Amino acid sequence: MTRPPALSVRNLTRVFDVSAPWLNRVIERKPRQSLRAVDDVTFSVPVGGCLSLVGESGCGKSTVARLVTGLYAPSEGTIEFGAEIDGAPLSAQMIFQDPYASLNPRWRVRDIIAEPLRELKLRDTEAEVRARVDELLTTVGLAPRDGGKFPHEFSGGQRQRISIARALATEPRFLVCDEPTSALDVSVQAQILNLMRRLQDELGLTYLFISHDLSVVRHMSDRIAVMYLGRVVEEAETEILFANPRHPYTRLLLQTIPSIENPKRQREAEGGEVPSPLNPPAGCAFHPRCPLADARCSAERPKVIALADGSRLACHRVEEAEAAALSQRATAMAGAL
Amino acid sequence: MPDPVLEVRDLRVQFPGRHGTVTALDGVSLHLNAGEILGVVGESGAGKSMTGLAVQGLLEPPGHIAGGEVWLNGRRIDQLSNRQMEKIRGREIGAIFQDPLTSLNPLFSVGSQLEETIRLHLDMTRAEARARAIDLLRQVGIPGPKERIDHYPHQFSGGMRQRVVIALALAGEPKLIIADEPTTALDVSIQAQIIALLRRLCDDLGTSVMLVTHDLGVIAEAADRIAVMYAGRMVEIGPVREVLRQPTHPYTRGLMDSIPALGRRVAHLTQIDGSMPRLDAIPDGCAFNPRCAHVGPRCRRARPALMPTGAGQNACWLTHGGVA
Repeated sequence: MTRPPALSVRNLTRVFDVSAPWLNRVIERKPRQSLRAVDDVTFSVPVGGCLSLVGESGCGKSTVARLVTGLYAPSEGTIEFGAEIDGAPLSAQMIFQDPYASLNPRWRVRDIIAEPLRELKLRDTEAEVRARVDELLTTVGLAPRDGGKFPHEFSGGQRQRISIARALATEPRFLVCDEPTSALDVSVQAQILNLMRRLQDELGLTYLFISHDLSVVRHMSDRIAVMYLGRVVEEAETEILFANPRHPYTRLLLQTIPSIENPKRQREAEGGEVPSPLNPPAGCAFHPRCPLADARCSAERPKVIALADGSRLACHRVEEAEAAALSQRATAMAGAL
Repeated sequence: MPDPVLEVRDLRVQFPGRHGTVTALDGVSLHLNAGEILGVVGESGAGKSMTGLAVQGLLEPPGHIAGGEVWLNGRRIDQLSNRQMEKIRGREIGAIFQDPLTSLNPLFSVGSQLEETIRLHLDMTRAEARARAIDLLRQVGIPGPKERIDHYPHQFSGGMRQRVVIALALAGEPKLIIADEPTTALDVSIQAQIIALLRRLCDDLGTSVMLVTHDLGVIAEAADRIAVMYAGRMVEIGPVREVLRQPTHPYTRGLMDSIPALGRRVAHLTQIDGSMPRLDAIPDGCAFNPRCAHVGPRCRRARPALMPTGAGQNACWLTHGGVA
């Protein structure tokens, strides 16, 4: 593939200062405290593709979304958007999780959707703005007359359609979707996911999709990056990840999803819980919960390595196993010769 | 067959308001046997939480039970006074709510909250109550219960806090626990632990659980039977395996199809068009008829009651004499 990626993120790190107030620090002799919400994350999204970030709460996936859209400044690392055909940089927009909190309840829907157009002066006359808003409402499956209503007159799914219309108003080529369906019921979720897929095909959009729901992620994405405590532990093509999850954490995630088709009634309760990101374990952050962990895992932080099938992985034990298998094959080949 | 622990017959809950009366629950019937988990599913506003609240006598006024009966352990409880219900809540019905942080008092240690509940319902000395509190924490799988009992809610993680809430629900040795979205606020790997815990408690203690959730995956793994609600009505009820494999009501089928499958990938998800009607604008006949693909004149004319089909019951003309 020769086309430059739509987004490439390199060694992205974001540190938050979560120290107690100055007076408390002085009186209680507490040091400053910082939280590495995103720690050395690298990934890229090809044009027209969809990369998903998955992980449990507190793993830093939403922080990545906010860094990419510029709502936070990175502490270290770079975020680079590729150029479009005419050389202009890609523009990005964001869809938020909660359609109840992300729309101003005092504004009419028409004004909510028109705000980016007016703010960025993308249309000259008010008539053109109106025409564009009507067009956007139709695109997301609402009627132009819905523009005169207020957000509270809509259901959760319809509100999320309004958020999507607002995000599309500036004709962005890149959408960051932070848990766009987790506040919705399943039957409505299907409507929104279908809409997002249709828009991707029709408008040639690129998605960075954030979710904790692996079934939604599988449906939407070409590639998946699994995050744990601020780091990417495994990244692979969707089909490869589901067919052959390599990292022990990915396996744990896939095992623990309640499944309708194949319910695990007599499951082994998986032990352990996510450690506090304020005080992450040394070495590999997953080692206290990992069934494969050994001394090296608790001492040395695994590097992200690239594998033959294009996957990327950060795990000592899998790396060692792959290396062992490789050398075994080499000896077998040498023996055969 | 032994008497069910809980039996709800034709329950109606209404909220009178300025613009007329809203019927939030309309003719809901269900029962729960000893040691059984009944999963109640539906979209937001379908009335699944409302059913749990009505059984516990916790409806917000002006909401009230306008019809039907609730029987708990062979005793009718829907007409009891609030004072009488207070004796039943905690002792005969335990409750688990969605958010484990707001169900615990942040100013008291979990031990003192447990001891208070235990001594309120059971005749025990302080020392006995403390011993029982430690035992409860051990039962719900909290490591080091002797030390943890003196900790405060903020010192526990989300999953551990939900375990404390479950211990609180068990404190009065109730026969029935109403769990309203107990795993929704938790991460998937923790959710699996809590589901396993609920199942184990049902098997070990013979407690019945009414598990209210919107997550069909959780129901599939935890429940014995499933009740599907739509617009304040029961549309299908039956053994979990049969209902999830071969749903007979078009709404249940649509709900199942709209979940993205983990096993395979499809280009387009099946979706149910439209949305659930507002409770003050439920259409005549079957409440689902404007969204149903199999709708016929009879569906718009007459409301189907819950009628037996296969191993369960459903409310659909399609399986009961046709829609014409």
